[in-house]
Amino acid sequence: MSDTAATNITESRSGMAGLVDDWTSDKQTYHVPWGKAMMWIFLVSDTFIFTCFLVGYMTVRTSTAEPWPVPAEVFALSFFGSDPIPLILIAIMTFILITSSGTMALAVNYGYRKDKRMTAILMMVTAAFGASFVGMQAFEWTKLITEGVRPWGNPWGAPQFGSVFFMVTGFHGLHVTAGVIYLSIVARKVIKGHYDKKGFEIVEITGLYWHFVDLVWVFIFAFFYLW
Amino acid sequence: MAYVPIADQDHELHDPHSFVTKYIWSQDHKVIAIQYGGTAIFVGLVALVLSALMRLQLGFPDTFSLIDPSAYYQAVTMHGMIMVVYLLTALFLGGFGNYLIPLMCGTRDMVFPFLNMLSFWVYLLSVLILLSSFFVTGGPTGAGWTLYPPQTITPGTPGHDTGILLMLISLGVFIIAFTMGGLNYVTTVLQARARGLTMMRLPLSVWGILVATILGLFAFPALLVSAIMMTFDLTLGTSFFMPAIMAAGDQLDYNGGSPILFQHLFWFFGHPEVYIVALPAFGLVSDVLSTHARKNIFGYRMMVWAIIAIGGLSFIVWAHHMYVSGMNPYFGFFFATTTLIIAVPTAMKVYNWVLTLWEGDIRLNTPMLFAIGFVFTFVHGGLTGLFLGNVVIDLPLSDTYFVVAHFHMVMGVSPVLVLFASLYHWYPKVTGRMMNETLGKLHFWCTFLGTYAIYLPMHYLGFLGVPRRYYALGSTDFIPESAQALNANITIAAIFVGVAQILFFINVFWSLRHGKPAGNNPWGATTLEWQTPDTPPKHGNWGPELPVVHRWAYDYSVPGYPQDFIPQNVAGDFGVSDDHGHAEPKA
Repeated sequence: MSDTAATNITESRSGMAGLVDDWTSDKQTYHVPWGKAMMWIFLVSDTFIFTCFLVGYMTVRTSTAEPWPVPAEVFALSFFGSDPIPLILIAIMTFILITSSGTMALAVNYGYRKDKRMTAILMMVTAAFGASFVGMQAFEWTKLITEGVRPWGNPWGAPQFGSVFFMVTGFHGLHVTAGVIYLSIVARKVIKGHYDKKGFEIVEITGLYWHFVDLVWVFIFAFFYLW
Repeated sequence: MAYVPIADQDHELHDPHSFVTKYIWSQDHKVIAIQYGGTAIFVGLVALVLSALMRLQLGFPDTFSLIDPSAYYQAVTMHGMIMVVYLLTALFLGGFGNYLIPLMCGTRDMVFPFLNMLSFWVYLLSVLILLSSFFVTGGPTGAGWTLYPPQTITPGTPGHDTGILLMLISLGVFIIAFTMGGLNYVTTVLQARARGLTMMRLPLSVWGILVATILGLFAFPALLVSAIMMTFDLTLGTSFFMPAIMAAGDQLDYNGGSPILFQHLFWFFGHPEVYIVALPAFGLVSDVLSTHARKNIFGYRMMVWAIIAIGGLSFIVWAHHMYVSGMNPYFGFFFATTTLIIAVPTAMKVYNWVLTLWEGDIRLNTPMLFAIGFVFTFVHGGLTGLFLGNVVIDLPLSDTYFVVAHFHMVMGVSPVLVLFASLYHWYPKVTGRMMNETLGKLHFWCTFLGTYAIYLPMHYLGFLGVPRRYYALGSTDFIPESAQALNANITIAAIFVGVAQILFFINVFWSLRHGKPAGNNPWGATTLEWQTPDTPPKHGNWGPELPVVHRWAYDYSVPGYPQDFIPQNVAGDFGVSDDHGHAEPKA
């Protein structure tokens, strides 16, 4: 019961002991801004949502009695009368989304250098990549709908194919759309000098969300389109 | 540049000025807590009335014709869902979490007060959507609170069109509200504690609420996803959960879905939900017991680790709700094992509560009576859990009144007793006045003995094989006539307990005006919320200076100190040598 107001840990220990020190230290568990801690916790929670979606998808895919349509054939496009190229649109969309993660990382870097102009430009570029991703998704939806894919059925097999497709890509698309809006708002505030005093952690927090949305897409790509 | 923790940096405090910003659109965690608590108790009363209707039907099937079979199922469903989600979760986390976290952690408010305010209003919206289902065509859903497909959306189930849709939407909205609140609670506890308040000096209330909130943030997603999928099955005609099925002589347009998938998703939420309700109760009751026994909580570190262990384990036991579902029988072995392992940390907690009372200077006032009552009901409810956790014993008892008795004892009565203990305990801080002891004790004995009169006979009915959720027993070979006499007795006890709650409400409203003024620290408690400069605490809680914490939360009856408690913010070493259970991180 010694009288220590704060546990002043002067040297950091390694391994398990260091972990315990961090967790039991005074005032703050993580030396990050409140918003960043909160975003991390939210993302872990959101991970559970997408995990449930994907596990649900895998379950219905194995439980359904009818054959599952072949994604390589469903998601194929032909250009100027060529043979259909499997998954070409999805490949482009994935490439764009991963590129946008790169521009986002650059924006965070410029943010910490307090280069407001470059930060805002790069965030808007990221948002533009995101918007084009959503645009291509709308194109893909339109194409499948004209081919007769509906949430309750499709011409090629198990009706759950359409259900899962619209639900999972739709939910992810909503995340991207929200991200685009979020990025635009923050970019505007950056230019207006809203964070000059507060610091530019908000750019990184926005970035955390954006990278998460990209990462989720990688899993959707792997489990839905490549399986 | 020296690192300044964010809680110590300057923040603008938005002092509310008008009535509206002070009490309605308030961002003050204390006002939000009262709003949450009031709303939760209100819907809880709706659920209480529903249970009275059910009991009248069950006890006197031929005397009253208040509800028909459809209305009975609707009452069962709404009673369960309201009590578990909209009352207990909201009151423990939205009510007590909001009120106690910033005060116990020595902060001025939650880290994001605006989000916190939004959390309450979205919660209120979810409650309104839920209650609106009473007024739509077909009424609320009658599928049982577990909402199992396919019967949830097949014709013939009450509320299979509109009622169920409103239920699913309301749950989705509730989860959004909970997420906004929950992110706040976790971030506040982790990132904004007072100087000197290490994690291992936190009162157990905060630990319980923290771990329960984390469970909620990880478990509610499963409910959200299952609600979304079921909404699509209902409105768009997808077949996530619906197999090819005949209903009322017609082949429905469903094909190939998996009803078991819903059960897995639902219970992946549903089992942690039990601990979302129980862990805050564990925490709050620890503080009440320790304060009124004038003794430190026995085995503080063990208590913290038990909370964390229970929280972790609660994610890998869900399928013990599904032994009769038709899942692979080998699962039963795994889930029975993990389920029984949970008994270890839980039993540790019970022993520690009892050992906290051992040789304590026990003050048998109302909060203490409720807290000790909780230890009794929790042991009883927990022991029947061991029966139901074993596959072979569960199979014959599944879907009988034994299950009803078990979960009402362990997650109905027990958390509610803690709620009352906590309401009586913290009421003086919230209002500045004491509650009436005589009325409180009368309320306790009516409630405590009354609940035993309700639920002990139900165990026996379960052994007889009386199935749950039946509108009326009818005549069967295996249920003796006397079961009906027992049912009538249970109903009388239930009505008695329900009516006895009026004592509590009279006490709350009477004491608001006529209670003895409480002062800042009427119980002689150590934790920070009792050390505020004003009671009730003003906006910003602490006046100009934030508190500094010098000791753990349980310095009661320390030898050599003039009074029998040392508040957490008192400095000084009082020559105490022992250190068992005391958590001082050694750097």
